[in-house]
Amino acid sequence: MTSHFLLMLLFSFFVALVFAVLMKDQPRDQIRFGAVVFGGFIVSALVLGWLMYPFPF
Amino acid sequence: MRADAVERVDSGGLVLLALATWLVPGSGHLWLGRRTKGLIFLVALTAMFAIGLALKGRLFPFESSEPLVFLAAIADLALGLPYFVAWALHLGQGEVAAVTYEYANAFLIVAGLLNMLIVLDVYDTAVGRK
Repeated sequence: MTSHFLLMLLFSFFVALVFAVLMKDQPRDQIRFGAVVFGGFIVSALVLGWLMYPFPF
Repeated sequence: MRADAVERVDSGGLVLLALATWLVPGSGHLWLGRRTKGLIFLVALTAMFAIGLALKGRLFPFESSEPLVFLAAIADLALGLPYFVAWALHLGQGEVAAVTYEYANAFLIVAGLLNMLIVLDVYDTAVGRK
């Protein structure tokens, strides 16, 4: 697998999973917190990627 | 559960618990009876480490002249037993030209750093802070 986007999804999934289980005790809270962390990773990576698009380096 | 954990783990046991958690991710939570958490940590961190190796990442050497390489080596080592197994099998040589090299290193390094957080979490759980 060489797609950077898919690798980003995979990386974000694992990190969000570990953070959710670390920070919250109830399954409902874990799912909600994990979804927010996962979404935050994806959205911020895409936004930063587009912001850097015009850079020449 | 919290009270039980405090009663069961004395100061010597805390050191042993932290060492066990460092060596085998999630083992401390399993020890304290938090099976789901322990299993999730064990599977997630081991998978991240294996993916990092499969994507041709590098287990960095302890190079004191290169501070960032040295810090990355500490992060790699923080995963415990999987690191030693990979090292013994000569895995993690790294292939700089591979398109996945940087991502692979992110997987390897972050797996170790997450394990450090898990060690802190198991300590807090054992002393009754969580």
